[in-house]
Amino acid sequence: MIGIFQLWEQGGPCGDAFMVVREDVISVSRLAERAVASRSRISDIVLHDEALRSERRPDQLRSEMARNLEVMRQAVARGLEGAPRTVSGLVGGDARRIEEARRGGRLIGGEVLDLAIARAVAVAEVNASMGRVVAAPTAGSCGVLPGVLLTVAEKVYSEEGYTRARAGEGHAGEEGLEDALIAALFTAAGVGMAIAARASISGAEGGCQAEIGSAACMAAAAATELAGGTPNQVCHAGAIALKGLLGLVCDPVAGLVEVPCVKRNATAAAVAIAAVDMALAGVKSVIPIDEVIAAMGAVGRMLPCELRETAQGGLAATPTGRSIARRMGGASPGG
Amino acid sequence: MEGAPGVFDIIGPVMVGPSSSHTAGAVRLGRMTRAILGDTPKKATIGLHGSYARTFLGHGTDRAIAAGLLGFDTDDERIRDALSIAKAQGIQLEFSLIDLGEVHPNSALITAEDAGQNAVTVLGSSVGGGEVVIREIDGFDVEITGHYPTLLVLHTDRPGVVAAVTSLLAKHSINIASMRVSRRRKGETALMVIEVDQSLPADLVTAVQSLHDVVSVRNISAF
Repeated sequence: MIGIFQLWEQGGPCGDAFMVVREDVISVSRLAERAVASRSRISDIVLHDEALRSERRPDQLRSEMARNLEVMRQAVARGLEGAPRTVSGLVGGDARRIEEARRGGRLIGGEVLDLAIARAVAVAEVNASMGRVVAAPTAGSCGVLPGVLLTVAEKVYSEEGYTRARAGEGHAGEEGLEDALIAALFTAAGVGMAIAARASISGAEGGCQAEIGSAACMAAAAATELAGGTPNQVCHAGAIALKGLLGLVCDPVAGLVEVPCVKRNATAAAVAIAAVDMALAGVKSVIPIDEVIAAMGAVGRMLPCELRETAQGGLAATPTGRSIARRMGGASPGG
Repeated sequence: MEGAPGVFDIIGPVMVGPSSSHTAGAVRLGRMTRAILGDTPKKATIGLHGSYARTFLGHGTDRAIAAGLLGFDTDDERIRDALSIAKAQGIQLEFSLIDLGEVHPNSALITAEDAGQNAVTVLGSSVGGGEVVIREIDGFDVEITGHYPTLLVLHTDRPGVVAAVTSLLAKHSINIASMRVSRRRKGETALMVIEVDQSLPADLVTAVQSLHDVVSVRNISAF
């Protein structure tokens, strides 16, 4: 131990990037240990801690989360109807396209995957077209959580249970879909808080892995809890999802939150669902989640600045990307 | 974000996209300018600097600043139509691309005028995650984040004015979180920026306004 940091790797010739697993900040593994010890869920622990931290009552916190959930639902609905094309004309209308193909039975991914993808694109398109969303953890990655969680919740809760929960008739001891979704969002928040404290949730700091990767990690963890997974399975799901997106660069064409951001919300949702299924089957992540998060932070620090939201590398630097940027550059503000 | 992020810093805020820094932050810069002016502007000139100048179109930064000047919040879906709404209300907005030198890449210089004699020039930066900092008001160096209710007092640079204002605050049991006095030249006008913990009652603001040597007062609520 060196002070509060445990350094186990120093980045030799390739720069000063090093990996730290901080002992003094929120840890996903620790949340899981506490949940197991108290026979509760990670969401219960996160809610309890936030009530202490913010000096607010748990029911107030749940109500605020319920409002965020409602905004997520509205964004999904609007996007599936067909979000307007953005000013650049680069994105808009794809969620509707996916949903129509899904309803027409033309897709192969299965109900959960295809609906999650359509919803993730829907919310990301609403964001790109200046509609209202919940940043989760950021605006650019706002589609992943609604896409995954709304879809997994519907799968887990029967149609009958769903109707009962919506009507407020859930039986004692049986949590309705709505409450389960709200709880899952607290689990997602707990994981996100750990990522923000141990690595980063900013594309400018850590690349796209810090935004879309974090969102997938949070979504996988939360959906695993929603699907009845144990706190340890929640950790494995989060770790597996983040590992799948480790190193993803932030390379927005013309600096806009459109290409490739909108579609990455969908691919990240798919990664999250794959991670949930693996964790529920009992597959374990060899590298513990807090170490995966620290690795993500370290990789982010190694990324050159061209690949951290500056629109100077990756897809932004392709001939097509540059030509779009030139076309966008000629406009005048206020028009 | 002050200190470690909480649950609603991660799942939230609710905002109009696409970008927290280029859209939500820009709305807040417009709102702060409106609050400092004290009224809806009749006319405003807006200079966009750095990344704001390069990517305003796709992020709607110009519409977002217009929305803020109109008093819209960061989750108001009218942000998208703010330019035409301003036009319909007879508000004249002029945008330009400018170079402000060594300031944060997401910065704007906004000069706003009301229907009467008041005008204010504000330099502000969007520093990430929708957070903003006002750096300059009419050439006075300031640092206003909008996290606290803030009292701006323009006054003659003379002994006793600061004490008179702070004793009024004390009398109303208002606790000062931070305070800064800035002046352009000795003995001329100076600007007091006082961030406080409690919201400021109207009669207190009136009392400060009626103090000798106080030129004008603005009460900016936290947002």
